[in-house]
Amino acid sequence: MVSLTINSSPHQLDVDPDMPLLWAIRDHANLTGTKFGCGAGLCGACTVHLDGEPVRACQTPVGDAVGKNITTIEGLDGRVAGAVQAAWKKLDVVQCGYCQPGQIMSAVGLLSQNNKPSDADIDTAMDGNVCRCATYVRIRAAVHEAARELA
Amino acid sequence: MFAITNPDSKQPDLTTSSRRRFLQGSAVAAGALVIGAYVDFGSRKSLAATPQDAPMPNAFVRIAPDNTVTVLIKHLDMGQGNTTGLTTIVAEELDADWAQMRSEFAPADAKLYNNLFFGPVQGTGGSTAIANSWEQLRKAGAAARAMLVAAAADSWGVGAGEITVSKGVVSHVASGRRASFGELAAKAAAQPVPAQVKLKDAKDWGYIGKHVPRIDSVEKATGRAIYSIDVRRPGMLTAVVARSPRFGGTVKSFDATAAKAVKGVVDVVQIPQGVAVVARDTWSAMKGREALTVAWDDSKAETRSTDAILADYRRLAKGPGGLPAARRGDVAAALKGAAKVIEAEFAFPYLAHAPMEPLNGVIEVTADGAEVWAGAQLQTVEQATVAAVLGLAPEKVKLNTVWAGGSFGRRATPNADYFAEMAAIAKATGGKAPIHLVWTREDDLKGGRYRPMVLHTIRAGIDSAGNIVGWDHKIVGQSFIIGSPFEAMIVKNGIDDTVVEGAADMPYRVANFALDWHRVDSPVSTLWWRSVGHTHTAQAVEVMIDALARAAGQDPLAFRMRLLDGHPRHAAVLRLAAEKGGWGEKLGSGRGRGLAVHESFRSFVAMVADVTVKDGAVKVDRVVAAVDCGVPINPDVIRAQVESGIGYGLGAALRNKITLTDGVVDQSNFDGYEPLRMSDMPKVEVHIVSSGAAPTGIGEPGVPPLAPAVTNAIFSATGKWLYSLPWDVEALRSA
Repeated sequence: MVSLTINSSPHQLDVDPDMPLLWAIRDHANLTGTKFGCGAGLCGACTVHLDGEPVRACQTPVGDAVGKNITTIEGLDGRVAGAVQAAWKKLDVVQCGYCQPGQIMSAVGLLSQNNKPSDADIDTAMDGNVCRCATYVRIRAAVHEAARELA
Repeated sequence: MFAITNPDSKQPDLTTSSRRRFLQGSAVAAGALVIGAYVDFGSRKSLAATPQDAPMPNAFVRIAPDNTVTVLIKHLDMGQGNTTGLTTIVAEELDADWAQMRSEFAPADAKLYNNLFFGPVQGTGGSTAIANSWEQLRKAGAAARAMLVAAAADSWGVGAGEITVSKGVVSHVASGRRASFGELAAKAAAQPVPAQVKLKDAKDWGYIGKHVPRIDSVEKATGRAIYSIDVRRPGMLTAVVARSPRFGGTVKSFDATAAKAVKGVVDVVQIPQGVAVVARDTWSAMKGREALTVAWDDSKAETRSTDAILADYRRLAKGPGGLPAARRGDVAAALKGAAKVIEAEFAFPYLAHAPMEPLNGVIEVTADGAEVWAGAQLQTVEQATVAAVLGLAPEKVKLNTVWAGGSFGRRATPNADYFAEMAAIAKATGGKAPIHLVWTREDDLKGGRYRPMVLHTIRAGIDSAGNIVGWDHKIVGQSFIIGSPFEAMIVKNGIDDTVVEGAADMPYRVANFALDWHRVDSPVSTLWWRSVGHTHTAQAVEVMIDALARAAGQDPLAFRMRLLDGHPRHAAVLRLAAEKGGWGEKLGSGRGRGLAVHESFRSFVAMVADVTVKDGAVKVDRVVAAVDCGVPINPDVIRAQVESGIGYGLGAALRNKITLTDGVVDQSNFDGYEPLRMSDMPKVEVHIVSSGAAPTGIGEPGVPPLAPAVTNAIFSATGKWLYSLPWDVEALRSA
């Protein structure tokens, strides 16, 4: 049994501490907004926040998340998250949508640290998040849009 | 109506051998699954007349007392936005308010929900979702509107002709009466369905050609959208499958002792596709598979490396034995008399589709059948496949289509490969628990169904005025259509149109022309990959045209325009892209601009690409596209699809290839097969030609012109031709 705090709620999960957090969240806590894309930290679809910092859940053993606050797309709230999700809607960023929870978790992470990111800042923060539909033009525009809203 | 038409029995023959043939897609042998030849799926020939069927509002439109209007979507939306597009068509004819519109995936039903271009099969592909549904859904929306009006006329005792409908409100102006759709729904449902309806005139459209928000934006931006990977059933177990590392390999023997000792592993079973490890969660299933020992029989497997396969292709291209796909005039004589002859070889690798959501699906055996959840793309083929494996009649399999995390062709597998796997696991485990079959990224990249490896060789000549006098073109590659249920629909005179489309029918004026296809076979499985044959034919034709223009000392735009007589839609998009892309401007050192135009899926796309080449690295700075896909129903969705096609095509052309060493795939994840990333994405502008023609596809046509436009830009920057894909940028470094 491992005790985790996900989206401010306690979860007792019957998993080994070496299980990647991704599978504990998806298969045991049944929070399916966090996605499996590669299992190797190469695509960012599984991005969650650990004490507010974006991490790849597929590369984070459950044991490392004990005692920390895990935030998934389902638990995202606050001013930055609101601005990001509103920008995603306004610009109709999504296509297949599968990578977008991870993109949004990374974008919220970026804008929480940097309220006026340049294109280069966006490249650095978002290059680890793959979108096979290549919605990158709109993701970039939506990050700028959210930054404007937050200014 | 979709039927497994076995001549010997009314039900599919479920003996093992016949089932195996069925699952291999040997339709002729099994007497099964023949997909009709209604139109040339994927070809450039114009469509047959639109179907004259009566309106079917009940199949497609559901109006609820709560005033929501739900459109039943017979297609898969894997990102193309067809849920928004198809809903727009209904909302338009219905005069609904956009805020009341909803969409829902339709159940599998070949009678009600077949793709009108595929015959009696429900499915999505060939950029046909909007095109085949256009008249059908306009009629359905108009009929539903007429029934609402009739219900209001009855209730209010007024003539139907005095009633108006606007933004979801039905009104009788003279008496001041008004009612919502929801209030009239019950009464409207009791009205007869009109046999004939009058469709709106284009000048009266309020949604088509304007902006409506995407119907799926909010649920996909909040993590609430459900894909099959998110489906959870009580007692569900997760399965992963160990498959042969070589294509065509089979299980010789396996030892499950260590796998079964892994915590969480519930069962290990052999299925026709390999050995399945079934566990209580995905992680345990993956660990169980790592512990599994399997000996493979490679006696019928592909054991060559891709280098050797390419060498074989080159040998074939030089020899006889090609099938003539196109012949005009006397090419040999014409080339002999040409002022200049250019020879070029274009090699294309195997490519994986790599949708973000790896293949997966859930199956549950029920009291009298089975229920399946998947991002289903050929619904009635998949339903029949599951039914055949489980020994059920197709209608006993309930197929729930859910959002798909991309496909790019991968999910439209003619033998429903992963559906057959999940059904086989359900069968082998006795149907005791719902099974969630999950492919990992490694399974996806190593698992085949690739865009075929293809070689083009072209010899083309011009006269002193720059006319193309002869064009001799050979294509070497596999067919994934021959032997599949789509064969009757697509193969003509032995030629698989998906291999030669976009080359055999190239639009430029060429007096003497020959195109031969050398068909090769391999156990490496192949499939359509976003824009199919056009993924390679556009590169070969559009780069060769540029090379000929340069050889003639002419501007590539002017050279094309001169040879495009009789092709006004090609010429129009080319002119628009050139104008918006600043064709003819001077660029700085190390920069280049190139263009290309290509028709696919009856849509026309031209692109102007700008590149910077520095230290042997290619950066695409900007792409300006012009598109003509008929009536632009949702212009912003069209722009999004073209942006997507540019990114998808660019990622592959920059660095993607699947290679084999001794038959084993070298790539395993997004490190060896790295997709396009944010920092690679160019600025994109999309311009849409205003058109009154019936809508055509846009999911795929944005891909083909990208690679040749950039290849031509690289030449303009460096004076070097990188004919093959992915671009050999090392060749630029050594310059």
